[in-house]
Amino acid sequence: MSGFSIVPLGDRALTIDIDADAFAAPADVVRGLAEYLHAEPPLGVVAIVPALRSITLHYEPTATTFAALRDQIDTVTRHFSITPAVQRHPIVIPVCYGGEFGPDLEVLASTHRTTAEAIVAAHTAGEYTVAMLGFLPGFPYLHGLPATLYTPRRAEPRTRVPAGSVGIGGSSTGIYPCESPGGWQLIGRTPRALFNPHRDPPALLQVGDRVRFVDVAPAVLHNWVEHA
Amino acid sequence: MSAIVRQPGVLTTVQDLGRVSWQHIGVPVGGAMDSVAQRLGNALVGNDENAATLECTMGGTAIQFDAPALIALAGRNVTASLDGTPIPAWHAIRVHTDALLAIHTGFRTTLAIAGGVDVPPVLGSRSTCLRAVFGGWHGRALRRDDRLPIAVPTATSVRMMEHLQSRDRTIGDWSIAPSLLPAYSADATVRFIPGPQFDELSDKSRDAFCSHAFRIASESDRMGFRLTGSPLSLREPREMLSTGVTAGTIQLPSGGAPIVLMADRQTTGGYPRIADVISVDIPVLAQLLPGDNLRFTVTTLASAHTAYLAREHSIAQAYRALQLRYTQGINGSS
Repeated sequence: MSGFSIVPLGDRALTIDIDADAFAAPADVVRGLAEYLHAEPPLGVVAIVPALRSITLHYEPTATTFAALRDQIDTVTRHFSITPAVQRHPIVIPVCYGGEFGPDLEVLASTHRTTAEAIVAAHTAGEYTVAMLGFLPGFPYLHGLPATLYTPRRAEPRTRVPAGSVGIGGSSTGIYPCESPGGWQLIGRTPRALFNPHRDPPALLQVGDRVRFVDVAPAVLHNWVEHA
Repeated sequence: MSAIVRQPGVLTTVQDLGRVSWQHIGVPVGGAMDSVAQRLGNALVGNDENAATLECTMGGTAIQFDAPALIALAGRNVTASLDGTPIPAWHAIRVHTDALLAIHTGFRTTLAIAGGVDVPPVLGSRSTCLRAVFGGWHGRALRRDDRLPIAVPTATSVRMMEHLQSRDRTIGDWSIAPSLLPAYSADATVRFIPGPQFDELSDKSRDAFCSHAFRIASESDRMGFRLTGSPLSLREPREMLSTGVTAGTIQLPSGGAPIVLMADRQTTGGYPRIADVISVDIPVLAQLLPGDNLRFTVTTLASAHTAYLAREHSIAQAYRALQLRYTQGINGSS
C-alpha cells in the first residue's frame, strides 16, 4: 500500500518505512501498526521494534520467508485501523534540576541567553509524548520539548551518565534508565526507576504515554522509595 | 554441582542465545557473540542449544568443578588444559571432582557444561546484560570465587558421561563435522547484503567497501566493532531518524569509519545503514581480534537464506545424531 515501503535489513529482519508525507499523523500510524502486529504477529516473527518513522520486524528464516512476510504486511497495511492512543493520565516524573544532578543546566541557560530558572520553568511547563523506546532498556525519546529548549548534543559525550539523568538531545528530551555513556545535555535527575526487568511491564513508559516533569528538592531524590 | 571461578580472566559472562523479543522496549538481544560455538559446544555435552554457557574473552580463565562434569570448549584458536594436561577444543571432556580447567588462549571461547549454568532466566533469557546489570550472574562479569550452580544434566549428557566412564576415557569419541565449524581466520572475508543507504555511498566509497581490507580497531567490544581503513562517505551527508538495527548491521557515522553491530548492540540506531553481514558469517566476524583484517563481498538475500537454511539443517543433524546415539543407543547399549 502506498505510504509504506518494506526493505530487507540483513537476512533475519526487515524494516517497514512509513512515509511521513503520506499521513497526517505518521506517529499514530507507527504506533497503530506496531500494536496491530504485536497483537497478530505474522508467523516466524520474533520481535517487532517500532521507531520514529519505521517498524523493524525480526524473523526466523527457517519459519518464514521475506516474500511471505512482505505479502502479509502488505495485507495488514491495507486493513489495519488506527485506534486512538489510550489516554491515561500523564505520568509525572519528579526531577531535581541543576547542581550536581544537572551539570549542563547553567550551560543551557547561557546558550539560550536566559536563566536556569527559566529553563526549568519551560521544561516543567510542557506535556510530552513517548515517541519511541530505544538506545537503552526503557529509554524514552520524548517529543513535545518547547522549541526554545532545542539544544545540540554535547560535542564530547560523557563516558558515564548516572541512572535517572534527564537530558536534552536536539529536539527530544529523555531519561537515562541506567548508567551509560551519553551525549545528551543533562539538566536534572529523577529517582524514578525507568526500567526494572523484574517488574511487569519492565519499562515505566510505553510508546504513546504522556509525561510531565515536576521540579523537586534534592531531599525528594534522596528519600525516594520506588514502589513496584 | 557448582563451577567455581578461580581466575575470571578479562571478561567472562554467562550467555545463551539472547533475549530477542524485548527489543521494542530497548532491551539489547545479547547472547553469545559466536552463536555457532555456543550451539555446538552445547551439542557436544548433550545440552539444549540454548543452555547457558560461559563466554570467556581472551585467555586467563580458570574454573574448578566440585563434582564430576562433562564440558566442551568451542571457539577460535582455543588452547586449554585440565589439571595441567592439554585438552582439545570441539570435544566433550569428562571432568572429575576438583579438576581445574585453565583456558590459555582463544578470543570468545564458549565453555559448555552439561546441564547448563543454572541462573534464573530474566525476560526469557539467561544472558548477561552488562549495560543494565541484569540476567546472567547478577548482571555482571564473573569474579574470583563466584560459585555458579550447574543444572541437572539431560538424559543424553548422563549417557555420554557413562559412555566415557565405562571406557575410562577423558576425551569424548564423538565430534562435530569439520565442515560445520566456522571458517575462522585473522584475514576474514564476510558476505553482506546491501543496506538501505548502500546506494547513497559515493562511487569511490562503494568500491572501497567492496575491495579494500578493513582492520578491527581496538575500541571494539560486545556492542560493536569499529573498522579502520579507507574512510567512507555518502554522496550527500544525511540526517537519519533512529531506526531498527540488527546483528551485523554496518553503520556509517559521519567520521567515515564504519561500525559493525554485534551481540550487545542497541536496538535502534541513528546512523546510515550501509550493509548487513549475513547471519552465517557472523561467528567468523565475532572471533576477529583488534588488528585482524576484514573484507566484504556482496551477496543476495536469496543466497544468504540458502546458506542459513543449509547451516541450520547441519546443526539440527548434529544434534539429532548425538541424541540418537546417546539416548537410544544401538541395541539398547550406549
